[in-house]
Amino acid sequence: MIEYQNIFAQVQVQGTPDWGMDDSGEMMADRAGKPRFSTLFGLLGNAQLGPINISSYGVISCVCFMIWFNIVGFSMLAQVGWSVPEFIRQLFWLALEPPGPEYGLSMPPLNDGGAFIIAGMFFLAGCVTWWLRTYQLAQQHKMGKHLAWAFAALLWLILVLGLFRPILMGSWSEAVPYGIFAHLDWTTAFSIRYGNLYYNPFHCLSIVFLYGSVLLFCMHGGTILAVTRYGGDRELEQIYDRGTATERAALFWRWTMGFNATMEGIHRWAWWFAVLTPITGGIGILLTGTVVDNWFIWAQEHNFAPMYDGAYGYEDYGSYETFIGKEN
Amino acid sequence: MFPKWFDKWNADNPTNIFGPAIAVGVVGGAIFAAALIVTWGNPYQTESMQTGPRGTGMSVPEYNVSRLAADPTIEAYYTEDPYIPEGGEELAKDIYENVQVLGELTDDNFNRVMLAMTQWVSPEEGCAYCHGDVDISEYGADDLYTKVVSRRMIQMTQNINENWDGHVNAVAEVGVNCYTCHRGQNVPSDIWFNVTPVNQNVKGWSAVQNRATTMSGSTSLPSSALEVYLTDYDSMVNVHDLESRVAGVPGLTEDVHSIQKTEMTYSLMNYFSNSLGVNCVFCHNSRAFYDAGQYTPQWSIAQLGRQMVIEQNAEYLIPLESEYPPERLGPIYADAPKIGCRTCHKGYQRPLQGMNVIAAWPELATSEAPVYEE
Repeated sequence: MIEYQNIFAQVQVQGTPDWGMDDSGEMMADRAGKPRFSTLFGLLGNAQLGPINISSYGVISCVCFMIWFNIVGFSMLAQVGWSVPEFIRQLFWLALEPPGPEYGLSMPPLNDGGAFIIAGMFFLAGCVTWWLRTYQLAQQHKMGKHLAWAFAALLWLILVLGLFRPILMGSWSEAVPYGIFAHLDWTTAFSIRYGNLYYNPFHCLSIVFLYGSVLLFCMHGGTILAVTRYGGDRELEQIYDRGTATERAALFWRWTMGFNATMEGIHRWAWWFAVLTPITGGIGILLTGTVVDNWFIWAQEHNFAPMYDGAYGYEDYGSYETFIGKEN
Repeated sequence: MFPKWFDKWNADNPTNIFGPAIAVGVVGGAIFAAALIVTWGNPYQTESMQTGPRGTGMSVPEYNVSRLAADPTIEAYYTEDPYIPEGGEELAKDIYENVQVLGELTDDNFNRVMLAMTQWVSPEEGCAYCHGDVDISEYGADDLYTKVVSRRMIQMTQNINENWDGHVNAVAEVGVNCYTCHRGQNVPSDIWFNVTPVNQNVKGWSAVQNRATTMSGSTSLPSSALEVYLTDYDSMVNVHDLESRVAGVPGLTEDVHSIQKTEMTYSLMNYFSNSLGVNCVFCHNSRAFYDAGQYTPQWSIAQLGRQMVIEQNAEYLIPLESEYPPERLGPIYADAPKIGCRTCHKGYQRPLQGMNVIAAWPELATSEAPVYEE
């Protein structure tokens, strides 16, 4: 009998944990961590925790990220004179900064951006090996490589920010600093410096896909939850044997907006929106400073930014007093 | 979902929960609303007037609830109208010894200015703050640093009123006198000292940013913006390329500016905003910060203001460094106190909310003999 389970009405069966298949008899070597169950995790997802795959790419990746994390952390600690309380207090402000522009693409001293270059190397190596891990695991499972290619889209953006664009600009100083507020400062300064990134059409596309991803995720999640009572949460079954859940969901959207995705197609919509967010964003960043140096002027040249006959100041609104007000 | 004993107890003890639920809801809602107001601020704090075309986000605050009461220092302001000379009076430079400034004043007006200065700068210490606790016949001596500094400050005030009319009298005659900065205190509030480098064990850009300091407005932007942009005549704050494509390597090619320099400018602009209690669109159309065609009239006033501050710091304040006792020098680098926008503005668009502080003090309006208007 088909039984409807959700987080409010679920049955958590906890028995011998599943180690996964081992067709070749050699795959267990890669699996580490004694699997166990957690009722709490069962409320959020699968109740079984572990094992985890520890093949070379994953290990290399974790080591690289660790080294990056420690270089950044200890650089911050050094900047506050090795004072732990000050390190905690200033944590969001502190950063490991790229070298100054005077060094171009040369290797600067360790305390003037050199540590950033080394940390950045390990960070990028960690990202690339993590991508290889997603590819390899998909291969082992004889899955499509959709997740690996999706992660590659992110990898593109990371490499543009930290490697491709600084090299094209001829200066490591263009790279993004490692710090909570510092990377936000970089983002704002980047937009201001290059004449307002909102007039960069690839930035526009990236925003469309980002917000579009959010919208699609919400529409899809909401639709499936709304038809789980008819078995709609069994999406794979619904794909090859369309049932009443799919019929209702499809009709809902067709009657709402005249068009509906299919049970399979909605996942392509979501995947492409998500993947195109960093791809278009990366293109936009790569073009900034290398091809276009002032996006507002570029946008005006391409009839993309409107010209206004502006009336901005008190001369257009009577006297200073009526314009700005006495109390200020 | 609940244990069986709870369901049973629940069924055995039917209770009307609507009363308590409504009470809890009302109290909880009130606490939530109060917490929102405390943490996010009063939603009716300001009202803005749209300026410029729709969609550009250009506006000025018309009403600010925190500004309903006037700047309290306006109430405490001391002023006295001049004694119009009839001609032929003996002048201060002939009456007193060692009068290097204000010498062209009549005795009445000289003493009027001296009295006002004590009211503005040293209301508690009085004359003794600069002249020392000595007989009036000894007042010519330059024993105290306060007197030497005051003389230079009078010259600075005259310089500002005389040569920086475009800033201090930009929209109406306002001018400056001692009170514009001092507000009854020996040392004005909102002066600044050098703080960079702020980070240890690093050099270059890493050393001057990413610390919450007063000089960075508690942001992680560079703490050195005032040190560079408010003391150096040759410093340029602009970072933009004025064509859609300008080839070059940032920071190495002339006029191709780096992200780091942009953050410096951003830090300075943040200081401007906080000093005047305004945001970016007070001077700029934020869609194109650099575009002269889209500035508001305030932009050029602020631009002049920066040049004015540079001159006062470079010509008057920094050279006084050797005159000060250690407690008046910077806490980190023992540098001379310096001024910025906030030293006069104190968070208001116009210092003392646009009160005219120069009309009654022609002596401070010029470095030459004062011109009295009847």
